[in-house]
Amino acid sequence: MSNTAIVRSVRQRKKRAGEQVRKAFAYLFLTAGSLVMAIPFLWMLSTSLKEQGHEFEMPPKWIPEVFEWHNYAFVLTEADILKGFLNTLFVISLPCLVGLFTSALAANAFARMDFPAKNVLFTMLLTTMMIPGVVTMIPAFILFKQIGWIDSWLPLMVPGMFGAAAAVFLLRQFFMTIPKELEEAARVDGMNPLQIFLRIMLPLSKPAIITQGLLGFLAGYNDFLGPLIYVNSPEKFTLQLVLASFQGFYTSQWTYIMAGSVLALIPSLLLFFFAQRYFVEGITLTGMKG
Amino acid sequence: MKRKEYAWAYLFISAPIVGFLLFAFIPLSYSVYVSFTEYSGYQAPVFTGTNNYAKLALHDELFWKTLFNTFYSALSIPIGMVVALGIAMSLNQKVRGIRFFRTMFFLPTISSVIALTLLWKWIFNDSYGLLNYLLELIGIQGPAWLSSETWAMPAMIIQGVWAGLGINMVLYLAALQGVPKSFHEAAEIDGASGWQRFVKITIPCISPTTLYILITSTITALQDFPRFQIMTEGGPNYSTTTIVYYLFQNAFRYMSMGYASAMAWALGLLILAITLLNFWLSKRWVHYE
Repeated sequence: MSNTAIVRSVRQRKKRAGEQVRKAFAYLFLTAGSLVMAIPFLWMLSTSLKEQGHEFEMPPKWIPEVFEWHNYAFVLTEADILKGFLNTLFVISLPCLVGLFTSALAANAFARMDFPAKNVLFTMLLTTMMIPGVVTMIPAFILFKQIGWIDSWLPLMVPGMFGAAAAVFLLRQFFMTIPKELEEAARVDGMNPLQIFLRIMLPLSKPAIITQGLLGFLAGYNDFLGPLIYVNSPEKFTLQLVLASFQGFYTSQWTYIMAGSVLALIPSLLLFFFAQRYFVEGITLTGMKG
Repeated sequence: MKRKEYAWAYLFISAPIVGFLLFAFIPLSYSVYVSFTEYSGYQAPVFTGTNNYAKLALHDELFWKTLFNTFYSALSIPIGMVVALGIAMSLNQKVRGIRFFRTMFFLPTISSVIALTLLWKWIFNDSYGLLNYLLELIGIQGPAWLSSETWAMPAMIIQGVWAGLGINMVLYLAALQGVPKSFHEAAEIDGASGWQRFVKITIPCISPTTLYILITSTITALQDFPRFQIMTEGGPNYSTTTIVYYLFQNAFRYMSMGYASAMAWALGLLILAITLLNFWLSKRWVHYE
């Protein structure tokens, strides 16, 4: 073997060994990290299944001797988790669907149509994304108070139906990738812009629409600040408000609080497992374009 | 013909534009005015000039404390970014089970903030919580996390890092996958060590993502509210009262809408200034291809 060949083979062996070490570290780090992520959730589940009072046993038992399913029955019915869930569903469904449609319509115009002041209007819309929510919180409250919408679901529902700047922005990015030929052919066939949007653009952008819909749904489902500000009557509480109120009602009855928390997580977890791809893509897309 | 197309276009964009006017522009403009008034929400606002801002800057020590607390809590940003990058780099080593690991780190991102905060309140419980139990196993006597002025904010930071890893990890992973392999190979032939390649190739290549994460996390972290409301209610002794928490108290508990609006604008301008500063500084360390 010539000298250079020896050097090369040594270097390659070194490289392979380095890769092995790096991989081992990666597994170690990821496994440790996953445990740190998982243990709190397991602790939540474990506490939620314990008999009242047994959650204070030291050392804690990870698997309770008796599974106390009654905790779940109690928080679902008597502690109004189910009612809160239904309220949330009602509050977010309509704004989600309508808002998605209005955002997509606007995104379509900004991506594909030509009109005066287009850039100014688009920039204006984008600035709403930069305004910290804190600044609009108080004047919005004053506005809704003036028109008598406090302690109703309207302030949580109506603004969303006008569409969201972030959704317009993302959908516009997607619409711009769709080839123009289809649209032009449709125009020659005499379709008007609304027909083109409904029959060509919408069907072609299903993945982007679903991603936006999921993100919007999840944001609405987990929203706490909005309901906290606008809703006062317990019978109108959304799920997050009901859950937050557990602290006051069931002070240090951690079995109930954890059972409620587990239940509150289930819908978003189900959504995530069935649509993981869309979430990851949606986030990556936002980041890349930012 | 052209006119007709314009009409369609304006019809299409009308909803978000009207929404912008009704729910952003008008409230925002009105809020500027309110911030110069005394306004309880019941009687008409009374113009008081710059009183609110003067009080904020000169006579309200608590405001300055909450400002400090807000930045203290933002320590979760750099810590979270380093951890998220570590996870993303590990995932990028062609490990098996990448979907499983990614899901684990992503779970808190989609979960209800309220549920997670209640969970961690229980974990931080000084006598029966999981954390102090685990610390005891390795011989450490854990502090009374949430009822200690010293430890309440570190607890919030720990929880914030844990709950916020998901998005940053996904973003970093996508960025790492975009680093051209040829760069690393060329550097390796030139004899660069792993660390050198990390500093000279990986970090510059992913710097646009770092900037994006830095800016969005700053905007979110400075406005964080629900976690504090559930976990500590600003206490003990205001040690975890952030600006937004204090603002919320002023607006909706003491009904000082004018003063709270001034505070909101102070925070809004601060966020704007930090964002611009980030962009300005980024010219020195962000590399676009």
